[in-house]
Amino acid sequence: MKAAPYLLCLPALVLFAGVVIVPLGMTVLLSFHDWGQYKGIEPVFILKNWQEVLGDSYFHEMFARTFRIAFFVTLLAAVFGAPEAYILNRMRSPWRGIFLLVILGPLLISVVARTLGWALLFGGNSGLVNKALMGMGLISAPLPFMFTETGIVIALAHVLMPYMVLAVWASLQRLDPQIENAAVALGAGPFTVLRRIVLPQVMPGILSGAVIVFALAASAFATPAIIGGRRLKVASTLAFDEFLNTLNWPLGAAVAMLLLAALVAIIWGTNRLVERRYAQVFA
Amino acid sequence: MAFLELEKLTKSFGSHNAVDGLTLGVEKGEFVALLGPSGCGKTTTLQMIAGFVEPTSGAIRLGGKDLLAMKPAKRGLGIVFQSYALFPHMTVAENVGFGLEMQGVAAAERRTRVGETLELVGLGAFTTRFPRQMSGGQQQRVALARALVIRPQVLLLDEPLSNLDAKLREGMQIELRQIQRTVGTTTILVTHDQAEAMALSDRIVVMNQGKAEQIGPPHEAYERPATPFVANFLGKTNLVNGATVRPERISFSTVGLAGTVRTRIFQGNHWLYQVETGSGLVTVIRQNTGEAMPGEGDGVHLAWEGRA
Repeated sequence: MKAAPYLLCLPALVLFAGVVIVPLGMTVLLSFHDWGQYKGIEPVFILKNWQEVLGDSYFHEMFARTFRIAFFVTLLAAVFGAPEAYILNRMRSPWRGIFLLVILGPLLISVVARTLGWALLFGGNSGLVNKALMGMGLISAPLPFMFTETGIVIALAHVLMPYMVLAVWASLQRLDPQIENAAVALGAGPFTVLRRIVLPQVMPGILSGAVIVFALAASAFATPAIIGGRRLKVASTLAFDEFLNTLNWPLGAAVAMLLLAALVAIIWGTNRLVERRYAQVFA
Repeated sequence: MAFLELEKLTKSFGSHNAVDGLTLGVEKGEFVALLGPSGCGKTTTLQMIAGFVEPTSGAIRLGGKDLLAMKPAKRGLGIVFQSYALFPHMTVAENVGFGLEMQGVAAAERRTRVGETLELVGLGAFTTRFPRQMSGGQQQRVALARALVIRPQVLLLDEPLSNLDAKLREGMQIELRQIQRTVGTTTILVTHDQAEAMALSDRIVVMNQGKAEQIGPPHEAYERPATPFVANFLGKTNLVNGATVRPERISFSTVGLAGTVRTRIFQGNHWLYQVETGSGLVTVIRQNTGEAMPGEGDGVHLAWEGRA
């Protein structure tokens, strides 16, 4: 038996196990421990936390909100990000670089800073966004953005847009430019080319971008915490509160593990779908 | 008046003329090859006919109508691209049927015509395959079927065989010629391969630096090249004492230009010689008839028609 390859993998494996597997396993164990206001964490094996998380309508509502937000963020990112990537891909050399920087630039700035920016834009009835919308005559009364799901969705979509643009752009670059010409020569108009020829070919890119954006949106912390405030909780802010405010670590661990499990299931399912659907079309 | 007319067609990129005042008339049903080295303007010419590149000046007329006034989607030309440019997310039948769909042909008729055209290119049994599941030669046929099924007024072939291996290319050349004869579509082929151009076309246009150096039947261009460029591009030539001689026209003799065999290469059906003479190095090609041939270092005499 050749041991060398395994031995060479060992350091990385040990590191991976040390920083990922072990803490994850400990979190799983933690979620089965008991907790009380005065006794703290008791290392026993009970299902109380899981029963609470799975049975209480408060948690149902909170998880539904988390995935509802993630879904709309993904939708928004796809609707704006895919055309953005297409336009970017068609730009000529100096502009393409400049606008790529404009799109990716926000990734260089802290999520907290960007979200605070949105909070300032949204803030109150005299926020810039409401002023602009009313100025254009689109709305007559100020819309509530702060402490609403709408606000969280908009801010998160902006924060996560670059991931979608990059994913779609990568698949656009694999496109043979002659294919569009071929469709045009066969009599297809610009819109038909986009819908029938370009879109189906970048669909795997959009889907893989969607998986990334969905996962990041569902587990996002800073943006829901700042825009959503104390009461509009999502899974990650709730887990944070359980850990640091209530100090009910076992319950927080159960929430965190459930979020992780749900995300893994969703991502795995989507991947299977994409692979099965596109295996014979794209290598 | 010719069916397809290019008149003083010019395309400039900055100060460089990619195509420089090209005038060409193509008759209905004719097979014309634009032949030249890369950068000679042949592909730009094809793209101007297709409508993907706008000419700087000049005119293109098809059946007397101004083609430049029409959008590319309205020109009704069949194009086979070098990369085939098949739609990877569609089956063979969907690929071939796309043009008919765009023309609003009803589904039933579409199916019939797609089936007929796939039979024509020998792919009748492949309708439900995806392009990725086919070989290069098969993809090439799908591209050809997709271009032919719309019954185009002109078929444009952009280096269609350059991605195939040598053996397959030869087979496809014969097949392409037969298909073109069967359907009788006016065809323009762009290629850098002189053998391909000569094998397929009724007339060839030898292009160099955006200009047509010679327009004529392949045999004529080969036998009576108008310029040294044409002579060199269409096969090997020797320049002996100011006269050009094709290597296969030179024979070994007891009299004539004296020389010594420098190298001898066996190529199956013929021998390729380099002979050192008083007028420089001369290339000689002799058919392999099975007879004994001069070897390297042998003294020989070279003779050809027009030289005693």
